[in-house]
Amino acid sequence: MSFFSALIVAVLFSVGVYLLLQRTLSRIILGLALMAHSANLLLMVVGGRAGKAPILGAFGPEDSVADPLPQALALTAIVISFGVISFLLAIAYRSWVLTQDDEVEDDVEDARIAQLGEAEMRRWWSRPK
Amino acid sequence: MFVLILAFGCVAAVLPVLAARIGRRVFYVAAAVPAAACIWGIWAYGQISDSGPLIEQAAWVPQLGLTLGLRFDGFAFLMLSLVAGIGVLVFLYAGSYFHTEPIIGRFAATLLLFSGSMVGLVLADNLLALFLFWELTSITSYLLISIEDEKTAARSGAMQALLITGMGGLAMLGGFVLLGEAAGTYSMAELLARPPSGSVVNFALVLVLIGAFTKSAQVPFHSWLPRAMNAPTPVSSYLHSATMVTAGVYLVARFTPAFADYSVWRPLVISFGLASMLIGAYRSLRQHDLKLLLAYGTISQLGLMMLLFGVGTRESIFAGCTLLLAHGIFKAALFMLVGIIDHQSKTRDLRKLDRLGAQWPVVAAAAGVVAASMAGIPPLFGFLAKEEALGALGETGFAWGVPVLIGVVIGSSFTVAYSARFVWGAFGPRPVSMIPNQDSVRSEAVGQQVPKPSKIFLAPVFVLAVLTLLFGLVPSLINPVITRAYASLVGVRAEHHLALWHGFTQALALSAVAIGAGFALFWWRLRVEKLQDEMPKVPSAQRGYDRTVKGLLEGADAVTGFVQHGSLPIYLGVILLTMIVLPGIPLLRDGVMPDLWFADSPMQVVVGLIMIVCACAAAVARRRFAAVLLVGAVGYGMAALFVIQGAPDLAITQLLIETLGVGVFVLAFRHLPADFVRSKFRRSQGAQIAIALLAGVFVFLFTLFAIGARTEPSISGEYLDKAHSQAGGNNVVNVIVVDFRGFDTMGEIVVLAVAVLGVAALVRAKRSPAEVEP
Repeated sequence: MSFFSALIVAVLFSVGVYLLLQRTLSRIILGLALMAHSANLLLMVVGGRAGKAPILGAFGPEDSVADPLPQALALTAIVISFGVISFLLAIAYRSWVLTQDDEVEDDVEDARIAQLGEAEMRRWWSRPK
Repeated sequence: MFVLILAFGCVAAVLPVLAARIGRRVFYVAAAVPAAACIWGIWAYGQISDSGPLIEQAAWVPQLGLTLGLRFDGFAFLMLSLVAGIGVLVFLYAGSYFHTEPIIGRFAATLLLFSGSMVGLVLADNLLALFLFWELTSITSYLLISIEDEKTAARSGAMQALLITGMGGLAMLGGFVLLGEAAGTYSMAELLARPPSGSVVNFALVLVLIGAFTKSAQVPFHSWLPRAMNAPTPVSSYLHSATMVTAGVYLVARFTPAFADYSVWRPLVISFGLASMLIGAYRSLRQHDLKLLLAYGTISQLGLMMLLFGVGTRESIFAGCTLLLAHGIFKAALFMLVGIIDHQSKTRDLRKLDRLGAQWPVVAAAAGVVAASMAGIPPLFGFLAKEEALGALGETGFAWGVPVLIGVVIGSSFTVAYSARFVWGAFGPRPVSMIPNQDSVRSEAVGQQVPKPSKIFLAPVFVLAVLTLLFGLVPSLINPVITRAYASLVGVRAEHHLALWHGFTQALALSAVAIGAGFALFWWRLRVEKLQDEMPKVPSAQRGYDRTVKGLLEGADAVTGFVQHGSLPIYLGVILLTMIVLPGIPLLRDGVMPDLWFADSPMQVVVGLIMIVCACAAAVARRRFAAVLLVGAVGYGMAALFVIQGAPDLAITQLLIETLGVGVFVLAFRHLPADFVRSKFRRSQGAQIAIALLAGVFVFLFTLFAIGARTEPSISGEYLDKAHSQAGGNNVVNVIVVDFRGFDTMGEIVVLAVAVLGVAALVRAKRSPAEVEP
């Protein structure tokens, strides 16, 4: 495709990353959905120029035809990303059932390790040389 | 030879079972194995006097060209006689040292395993096999020190020994590999016959020396040896004085004829050896625990051996061989004596032991003989060794010869002083200390009612005492062994021989000086002690070790805490940044820009703009369903783009999926609050936006370069040609999905099925585990 297509891919991915970095599980999932769109579009973009649909009989010998292989790959990718997102939504639903919200908290165990490490760090730097 | 080494392992395996039946007599069974090794050694010794060294080879990993070679020569015999000979005595001794302790079986088995590993070590010719046995001795040493595993001190001492010797062993392995690769062979005999050259060899030698120094407890790696004294005394006597700690010396002895002239060898070995000799002996002078006194003495003696072998002249190697044997004999005997005292009187603190000599005159006499041998007093074996050492160091011909010689004389006088301190402390009256605050320790005197040790308990000590006396008086008994060991190291026959009387030589004079100074030090021992007490405290190696271990653990905590803090956004941020930076650098350096055109059609621009606006709006939307619908709109935009691209199948699929997807979103979110919770983490928003923008720039450039990177034409021409003829379809995309790449689709269906199962399980699950239980 083109410069403009690349721009669409980049914007979708960028917004996807931003949403992925949030703490709300539903926004994370929306971010993943946008990143999936971006990836599918990327497959198209690097696959070659636009053209007639690759259906025998639908184009003449002079027409330029769109490459069917990236299309087939993207088709698979679309369906799989749908599967992944459905699964994540089920997790979000489960999170709501258990905690009544969909905020991703810090891991309690990891936070304890972090505290230990910070205390250790402080002692490390404040130790008289 | 393989059979011999295997015998140790096999017998060790049955010892624990046997111990359950026959108790401590199991040690006598175990003693049979080193005894067999002794007999084999003497037989083999006869063999090698006619022909060259005995060599046995076995394919180890033939695919890698690894051969396990064993080699028995004169020096191996000297070491073997130490390992097996003292081994027999230690096993006999352990038979009286232990009674009915439950650890007997384990102990005997591990000790025998150690014995076997040590035999393997001195027989191994392949460097990697040598390393293997070397580490086996470290591990068995660890197990033996911590055999009384309910004692904290034993456990931490064992760990310290393992950490330090293990670290050294790894360094040594690195050195061996470098040497082996440089020489093209891992056979020690071949390596030493044709030593490789180059700067890498010097580096390799440093690594090997680190291994040798840690194993032989050289300053500053010596701290593990005093702490290893928490082991039962048979272990201290066997591993930590006579055999295992001499492994480092053994290695230096083997390497020194080939490598002494390399630039790192002499400076390192001599300085570490001399420092260990002096510091060990100095610290030995202030120990109150008889075992610790001997342990520091061992460090000192090992330092002298290192030094002698490190100097690498023919005379010094000869002296080193003599001292190696002499030290093994007298030090093993002294440790056994301490064990006997400890066993009978329940203390080994020389401030408590009072006039033990009056009760045990014969024992005291034997102790006097072996300690005098350690001090180098004529006519004992130790004197011969020290004479050789002083003689060899007096004629090195090197500029540093004189200072080193002076250092050794000072060290020897310390040795005389601590030997006297040992005998006097153990068997003489209690010392009157000039240091205050020790009355509490001295209040309980031990010595009046100590039961006499049994004859069989004492027998091994007497054997060793007689040996040290006999070899001193009649050096020709032991001379052939040492000359042959020397010859197998250096490669030429010795023109030198041991003798009690070499005439009035410089060495004799220096010996006299050392003995005189030593007794003077002993005579004014209280002043010396006081002087030592007043010396400024230098950080001990033990503190260094403790600091290092503590620092490692704390550092690990700090790093783990820093890296693993539990916040999902930060984890993801780090992963994404890595994704951007690592491929980003080569991308910017090597990427090829394609020929660009702005857009394929005006419609594409219109649809694209709508998508961009919707996506950005979804990012900032506060209401949940607004965000869902905006993302849905982006999805429909995708379908439109697919139509423009010429992909009707994709467009249809995208439309269907997007409609379904929005439905699923709504179902899942219908219970959740209408607005997103405002994040508590406002501060991190800047970083989030920055990462998102960086990712966007990266993907943009990546996409452009990916377009430009295409060099080959698509393989789709073939698909277009064959779709009808081979698959009978006109829609090429469909044909690819269901036919040409059917297995992909199969996998895709499986993924969907798994996802459905997961969704079903999650949706139908109960509220919480508490609800499931009645």
